[in-house]
Amino acid sequence: MWRQTLFWVIVSCILFYMTIPAIVVVMTSFNPGEILSFPPNGFSLRWYEKALTYPDFRIAFRTGLIVALISSTLALVIGTSFAFLVVRYVFPGKNLLEGILSSPLIIPHFTTGFGFLLLGAHLNLNQTLTIIIMTHVVLVLPFVARAVYVSLLNIDPNFERSAANLGASPFMVLSRITVPLIIPGMAGGWLVAAILSLTEFSASLYVTASRTQTLPVAMYNYIREYTDPTVAAVSALLIIATMLILMLANHFLGLRKILAIDSH
Amino acid sequence: MSKRPFLIPFLVPAILVAVIFLAALAEILQYSFREFIPGSLDVGGFTLDNFARIYRPVYFKAVVNTFVLSLATAFFTLILSYPIAFALVRTKVEWVRTLLILLSITPLFTGEIVRTYAWMLVLGTNGFLNTMLLDIGIISEPVTFMYTRAGVVIALVQFAMPVMIIILATAISHINTDYEKAAANLGARPWTVITRVVIPLTMPGIISGFIVIFAWTMSAFATPQLIGGGKVLMISNAIYLQGFSALNFPFAATLSVIALISAFASLALMKLIANRLERQTAIH
Repeated sequence: MWRQTLFWVIVSCILFYMTIPAIVVVMTSFNPGEILSFPPNGFSLRWYEKALTYPDFRIAFRTGLIVALISSTLALVIGTSFAFLVVRYVFPGKNLLEGILSSPLIIPHFTTGFGFLLLGAHLNLNQTLTIIIMTHVVLVLPFVARAVYVSLLNIDPNFERSAANLGASPFMVLSRITVPLIIPGMAGGWLVAAILSLTEFSASLYVTASRTQTLPVAMYNYIREYTDPTVAAVSALLIIATMLILMLANHFLGLRKILAIDSH
Repeated sequence: MSKRPFLIPFLVPAILVAVIFLAALAEILQYSFREFIPGSLDVGGFTLDNFARIYRPVYFKAVVNTFVLSLATAFFTLILSYPIAFALVRTKVEWVRTLLILLSITPLFTGEIVRTYAWMLVLGTNGFLNTMLLDIGIISEPVTFMYTRAGVVIALVQFAMPVMIIILATAISHINTDYEKAAANLGARPWTVITRVVIPLTMPGIISGFIVIFAWTMSAFATPQLIGGGKVLMISNAIYLQGFSALNFPFAATLSVIALISAFASLALMKLIANRLERQTAIH
């Protein structure tokens, strides 16, 4: 019995360590003064007001949202079709292509960002939305492909076979049987890709300019210049939004499934 | 009719992305062999000078620092993540499971900047941690966490834990619990069951988690940049300094090539060690 208790005490301590930064950010965001103090000596929403009206953050959030929506949707289309190829077909160069497309997981983001900065300069696309979107597609593609790949493996191939035997064309089988069966995987993959794109920083720092910066880059620039808790308010909003999205995803899709914890 | 009706239309976009990505990497390689013209973003002709420069102690130190910090982060992340993963998989109470998964996964999706900023608030001289420790009376002077390696590792570990927890939870959920029951029935104490049965059975997950976090930490940038504050220099920070302060793109490219090579080399090395370990600890 005491072992059980000890175990849960340890687990609680570790969870405390994991959540303390988020708690401190939320506490700080309500701090009335410019100078941070613990515990806060009052309650104020002024930093939220500043965060929501600060032009740099507004523009950066809009840019980031556009980039995230386009790049995660492109990654969804490309990643889904590629995962389909990997599961169903054998073709020359398959392993090589798989290796290249999953390498952004290992290659540091700042290297990828720097490469796209140089490529952008070469193509006269430097720091445009086009090059930012290209960078983000490359970075989030492995996550979508992986989520769809797991869903495809879990489909019973007999469904597709019987549809084909009953005379459905390959396109019919794909659109009426396969895609509906992998929709949860596609939705989960798209969601993960969109969130990762919205919060991506290292690569974005290289490929964006002040006109095209995304929210994390704008926050970084703010932190370097000012010390007031405006960024705490933005962070608190982002943390709360993320938690809400994850709770919804957990409810409708099952986080354990998206994260493939129960993939056996 | 073709037996692979979707091959071409599905293959073309994937190849296009791969080609664009390779082109970006090729640009780095190309720049690393170019001459730097001070005060200009244009580059000169072919040279090997950039590679000669990396032997300077400051860059060598950045490479070593990156390696050491990544190793330390992977180690502490493993130790702290295992109990959480175990609790997550084994608890039978639904709300505990949901709470565990939400609390441990959320940090993964808040991004590098939010997390690093949060740790700056916790670790600062007048930050949360120092205030608490002073109030309780454990310390009488604020402890310096900012601009130290310890501070960087404290933040990086929290940053890395969600991924490690996912990998370990997957491994633990694959264990057949009959093994544990059998060991317990044969008289093994709970601690023995954990160290002799559970941990060896999850060794593949432990090893792959360690390697993934090691690689992931090698690419950390915001955390060493802001919490290290220039005092803790990783390769990523050296590259940024060269690229954006000195505007020496060729040398920044050379350092990026070094970063890539050391990432792949240390991964290969760790895989090699891992294979040995796995063969030794496998249950026959």
